[in-house]
Amino acid sequence: MTAPSPVSSALPGGLGVLRAAFGRPSGAIAGGWLVLIVLGAIFAPLLTPYAYDAQVLKEAFQPPSLAHPLGTDEFGRDLLTRMLYGARTSLSVSSVSILISVAAGMTLGAAAGYFGGFFDRAVTAVADLTWSFPEILIALILVAIIGPGVSGTMAAIAVAYLAQFARLTRAQIMTLKAETYVEAARSLGAGHAHILFRHLIPNALAPVLVSAMLATGDAIILEATLGFFGLGAQPPTPSWGSMMSSGSALLFKAPWIIVFPGLAVATTVIAINLFGDALIAALDIRDKLGSKP
Amino acid sequence: MLAYAIRRILMLVPVFLAVSVVIFLILHFIPGDPIDNLLKVGAPPEQRAEMMARYGLDRPLPVQYAIWLGKLLTGDLGTAIVARRPVADLIGQALPHSLLLGGLALAFSTVVGVTLGVVAALNKDRFLDRAIMGGVLFGSTLPSFWLGLLLILVFAVGLGWFPVSGARTWSSLVLPVLTIGLGGTALVARITRVSMVDIAAKDFVLLLHAKGLSPMRIQIRHVLRHALIPVVTILALRIGWILGGAVTVEVVFARPGLGTLLIKALSQHDYPVVQASLLMLAMAVMLGTLLGDLLQAAMDPRVRGALS
Amino acid sequence: MSPLLSIERLSVAIGGVTLLDDISLSLDRGQILGLVGESGSGKSLTALTVTGLLPLIGGRIASGRILFDGTDLASLGPAGLRKLRGGRIGFVMQNPMTALDPVQRIGEQIDVVSRLHLGLSGEAARARTLDLMGQLRIPEAAAVAEAYPHQLSGGMKQRIVIAMALAGEPDLIVADEPTTALDVTVQAQIIQILTGLVRERGLALLLITHDMGVVAQACDRVAVLYAGRVAEERAVDPLFERPAHPYAAALIGCIPREGMAEGSLKGIAGSVPPATQFPPGCRFHPRCPHAVDICRTERPLLRETPDGGLVACHLAERIAG
Repeated sequence: MTAPSPVSSALPGGLGVLRAAFGRPSGAIAGGWLVLIVLGAIFAPLLTPYAYDAQVLKEAFQPPSLAHPLGTDEFGRDLLTRMLYGARTSLSVSSVSILISVAAGMTLGAAAGYFGGFFDRAVTAVADLTWSFPEILIALILVAIIGPGVSGTMAAIAVAYLAQFARLTRAQIMTLKAETYVEAARSLGAGHAHILFRHLIPNALAPVLVSAMLATGDAIILEATLGFFGLGAQPPTPSWGSMMSSGSALLFKAPWIIVFPGLAVATTVIAINLFGDALIAALDIRDKLGSKP
Repeated sequence: MLAYAIRRILMLVPVFLAVSVVIFLILHFIPGDPIDNLLKVGAPPEQRAEMMARYGLDRPLPVQYAIWLGKLLTGDLGTAIVARRPVADLIGQALPHSLLLGGLALAFSTVVGVTLGVVAALNKDRFLDRAIMGGVLFGSTLPSFWLGLLLILVFAVGLGWFPVSGARTWSSLVLPVLTIGLGGTALVARITRVSMVDIAAKDFVLLLHAKGLSPMRIQIRHVLRHALIPVVTILALRIGWILGGAVTVEVVFARPGLGTLLIKALSQHDYPVVQASLLMLAMAVMLGTLLGDLLQAAMDPRVRGALS
Repeated sequence: MSPLLSIERLSVAIGGVTLLDDISLSLDRGQILGLVGESGSGKSLTALTVTGLLPLIGGRIASGRILFDGTDLASLGPAGLRKLRGGRIGFVMQNPMTALDPVQRIGEQIDVVSRLHLGLSGEAARARTLDLMGQLRIPEAAAVAEAYPHQLSGGMKQRIVIAMALAGEPDLIVADEPTTALDVTVQAQIIQILTGLVRERGLALLLITHDMGVVAQACDRVAVLYAGRVAEERAVDPLFERPAHPYAAALIGCIPREGMAEGSLKGIAGSVPPATQFPPGCRFHPRCPHAVDICRTERPLLRETPDGGLVACHLAERIAG
């Protein structure tokens, strides 16, 4: 084997993989749904005549109708509108916090796996400990420290999933470290940073990114759960979780307020899972992803 | 095996200490002072200092930790600041409810999950497999609080089969167990199916067929026997998770338990209660991993061999 | 009297791809037939077909038939096949490391065969197991029977697998590369055990291998398979003296020595193509040093050699000269 690192085999052309994932029926449906949700979130103002915070009290508690396809809430606000704007909060909060989590987790995991020694043992011990702890508990404690709201939620999600990415990256680096091209690069006098960032991390990227995508699905549920406890986005900012939180009190009076955001969460998470499965199949990395209990 | 068990239990001691430090420290970063909740607005500072001293909050942190840990080891979990009762009493009241709920949910997930996984694996790539795995995926993506509320809406309010909330009757357990159990079911079914399919492709299974054993016997006595090893391990790890999941579900169904205790204590900044309930959950997680390791060693002679 | 095992014009397909094409072989009691070829030649598939395991890997018999002691295997239902498997037909796998159930004790894994096929009680089965283990020179049989597979060496495990194959009183043993995964010294022991069984018990042995050294040492007759077809089928001595098929000649020319990668042929570049890319004409022609025009278009049919063998080569007479 020659010195160049086989980056191409780990990430066989981002577009090609996406095409392959969309090429599977389940991948196409799931991917299509995700694109639809994202577009709906981005173009929310163009898609609905209502404002998400416009209270029309005489129209409160309307069941789904032509004027309000998903009904209205206790303040007469259009639920479809709030769902679209809520998608902005839910999707951006969960994806941004997972991105933070991936960046921090990869850095820790890569450094631990590459340098080994005491640092590795410390990172591994802490990661193992948090990893075996339910994310919702970690998130609840962190929100208690930082305080409720969007930033608290994001920090909570980021920390809750950190261990997962650190563990996965470390495992990848440990196997890659022994590969011939890394030895070759080292014998050619390459520095730690060069080997880590040019050879190891790019090759460890594919499984980490796919598991990050799957974790985004879990993060949406976590965001919704924190929102349900009233610890997520604060009123009047809509998020799927906070909509369900206010809806839960009105469960018997206006069940549609809670049913639709829940369906949105469920379908989006399923779509993320199915699309992630299609990506895993397209990238052929199933055995690299340890499943989380 | 016994030596391994003892060593494995001793290994828990440093983990327990680390967890206790983390739990102790985290709580001191939480903003909001429980004393403020107890004092009337504008209370004189002397009264405040007196309260701080009474709860030991005026001492340096390491001293507070040492005192806390020492009491902990003797079973004294402190006094709840808001409820003004021994924390051990609160935990003692809450724990049985959570254990019952968690235990039943675990049993439900295991029985239903393994059954579904086996049926799916035996019908690999056929309609039944796809239907089961699709249903299971759907079930695992529903937020548990939402699922709980919908179950209440349909089965408690709509059909009136079960009580809406509370923990007074056995029937009040059905919906919460279902809510927690469905998520676990999905996991168990997936692992069972994947490992059965994996194992069925192994060489030794081909040789079992070559020995003339019936396919059913091979699937149940050999393939499933193997597939259960990861299932049991992961289920044991899941014990902590199920108690964690119970946090949400207990709140939804307004059931007493560790979860409701924790959530309430968090919102009231009641340190001793939060610390104690977190510690209970952490211990459940640790005992779960211990149990998983021991069960794995019991089920797999290779693991036992690697240990001795 | 008809031979014990007779494979007649057998073709086998998996998922629409024909992997064995018009194979005919026969084997009688007290005889050892070697089946040789590189990976991809169809040796192992032949073994799985003879033992009735073909459906397990999704394959089916496309044409032809397999007669075992006069009975067409295809006429037996799944239950009939199961009675044969492990009973009258024993199977020895290539890799003893993965052939045993890792979580079941050795003894139980052997016991089950005689309980199932000979109807023995648990105690009688264990006595038979220990007896067989003794015959195969397994030391401390009673202790080994209580052990788990991971506690045994590779050679010991292969003896256990052979004991399992013997436990059902078989007439035929199919051994698929029984020595490939073992150390050289252990290889010789295992071959010795297998040939001894044939001589002492009058078993028939279908010995699949890619090792011509093993063939020379153990077999009576040998069939050379290439790309799913029989290239040459002859008694061992004449084959080694004067191979008629260039592929057989190449195999003999490179009796593998230690450290040589499986399937590497001295003097012949390349390897067996995948079944979807078998060339027309003689399938060996792209790698054959003697190939002429007719080899590229016409399929060579099996023809008798003067010494009672069969060869499928247009140029056989010229090469054997």
